Amino acid sequence: MLNFTIRRMVISIPTLLFISLVIFLLLELAPGDPMAQVPLTVPAEVKEKMREALGLGQPIHIRYVKWLNQFFVIEPLNLIDYYAGTGFAEGKLRVISWQTRSPVMDIVVQRMPQTLWVVGMAYIIGVLIALPIGIISAYRQYSIFDQAGTFISMVGFSVPPFFSGVLVIVIFAVNLGWFPSIYNTLHVVNDWPSFVVQLKQMVMPVMVLALQTTAQVSRYMRASMLDNLGQDFTRTARAKGLRESQVVMVHVLRNSMIPVVTVIALGVPAVFGGAIITEQVFKVNGIGQLLITAIQANDLPMVLTLTFIFAILIVVFNLIADILYGLLDPRIRYD
Amino acid sequence: MTETAQDTVKEAATTPLTMDALEPTLPARSQWRDVWDQFKHHRGAMFGAGFFVFILLFVTVGPLLWHIDATYIDIRARNQGPSWGHPFGTDQLGRDIFARMMAGGQISMAVGMTAMLLSLFLGTAIGVMAGYFKWLDGLLMRFTDLFLALPLLPLLLVIILLFRERLNAMFGPEGGIFILMVFAIGITSWMNTARIVRGDVLALKEREFILAARSIGTKPRRMITRHVLPNVMSPIMVSATLGIATAIITESALSFLGLGFPPDFPTWGRLLNDGTDYLQQYPERVIWPGLAISLTVLSINYLGDGLRDALDPRIRGR
Repeated sequence: MLNFTIRRMVISIPTLLFISLVIFLLLELAPGDPMAQVPLTVPAEVKEKMREALGLGQPIHIRYVKWLNQFFVIEPLNLIDYYAGTGFAEGKLRVISWQTRSPVMDIVVQRMPQTLWVVGMAYIIGVLIALPIGIISAYRQYSIFDQAGTFISMVGFSVPPFFSGVLVIVIFAVNLGWFPSIYNTLHVVNDWPSFVVQLKQMVMPVMVLALQTTAQVSRYMRASMLDNLGQDFTRTARAKGLRESQVVMVHVLRNSMIPVVTVIALGVPAVFGGAIITEQVFKVNGIGQLLITAIQANDLPMVLTLTFIFAILIVVFNLIADILYGLLDPRIRYD
Repeated sequence: MTETAQDTVKEAATTPLTMDALEPTLPARSQWRDVWDQFKHHRGAMFGAGFFVFILLFVTVGPLLWHIDATYIDIRARNQGPSWGHPFGTDQLGRDIFARMMAGGQISMAVGMTAMLLSLFLGTAIGVMAGYFKWLDGLLMRFTDLFLALPLLPLLLVIILLFRERLNAMFGPEGGIFILMVFAIGITSWMNTARIVRGDVLALKEREFILAARSIGTKPRRMITRHVLPNVMSPIMVSATLGIATAIITESALSFLGLGFPPDFPTWGRLLNDGTDYLQQYPERVIWPGLAISLTVLSINYLGDGLRDALDPRIRGR
């Protein structure tokens, strides 16, 4: 197992390098010029200097290697400096955003908590709702509960977040006036009433994101439970006189969780991707919103870094899913 | 005279056959007849198919029957509620929302179908190649894995941002973005089809009829078109339906983020995006396009579900 894990981790390095190359080359084709907003009165040689200061004006391969160096060496060093108070990264050029002229990673770190709070919370809630729905639907197959659950998960699949988001705004913010339609990221939680305000503004984005998660996970859970309910070991468990709750919750559920856990792991990066739209709907200024504004402002270093962070998330969670599968299911041997 | 003679000959020839005990009592049934019989029993799938046909007619035949053009501006009749003249009301420029829904659906559906065809073509080609030719398998599957590891929505946004201007200059504002959309959605959604098709081809290759075909010297090209492709049609059809659904959602998402068609060419996503500006006063402007997208996708998903059941011979006939 350890052998497999190490092998997979080694394989994922060239994968990530290749992805970074693809994204880098794609952005090379961009028509945007970071000097476009500099006034015309600035002399040409000064502009050339500014261009060089941003790391432009060199051949592609040198810039690519430089960016790799910045992303994989200098940024982690900065992180160490920040926590340990050392000075490893002093005087080294970091990945600079063209929009704000400040390090990209600083902005990402600023935006991360909002995304993690809203998206992470939504994912956890979605999974927690989905698991019991899947279990009950499978146990009472073709009952009214099952039919309703299947229908709702079908709806969750089909309704895109930019519609469900707008729909809940119309219902809960415009008509009922229960929740604010815009997520206020400046809000500070320091006492009970402010905590309630924070909860209120989180309800709608979490609801929209959780609906999608619930739809997917409950379907997998139901299918996986159905597979195991018909197995011989379930009949054996009943035949030897175990209580029904023990049969379902221990013998069937534990076996059914194996594929579901990997699906949950695989869904994490997809949620970050899907959150781009939800963040746009509720004006949460998280990572997704940062990407959209960077794309609109032609801020290529920011787009490159963010897209690559998404790619890292996908690769890492694929790895986690594979390893979990091997750990949970003793029948699977990767060697 | 000759006719009657022939008839008697025929009768004489057929009579002993019908007497034969080996003759099957039921007429022969084609495979598609079986599939249809199974499909009919899936209530959700029948509803889905019906609604999908309805939407198709709505966006294709509808504009021919409806008297107002989608781009006709009647500034005096702006922001009107539903009436007989404008069943869905009018927008902030006095354009008829009913007509815009039909025009928008036309573009959304066209993008969805074309992108689905492209991704289906890519997925099938790569899947069949990887499954059939052993030396290509490793390479093509690593390639598929790489694509699966790409962050698709950010990349789609980037691709559209980068190539919009250039293609607009080449094919005009509508044609350019249409080609770009279809191309971008197509090349980012073929991976699942390729994986499913490869798996099926691998299983198929072990069957006797493939061995028989190879032993009489069938060329690989003929093998694939004649023996392999018809037998992997059912997973391809299922992923086709799901492909339309994802393509429509992706197109609407891009339009919603403002990176889709220019404002003169309404799509459902674009209409929804425009409607959010007037969310408080006229929430119905968001509801109509949103409902259209959701119901279309829902009906296609149900259609795919029913199709999967109907095409699976293990479930069929139960």
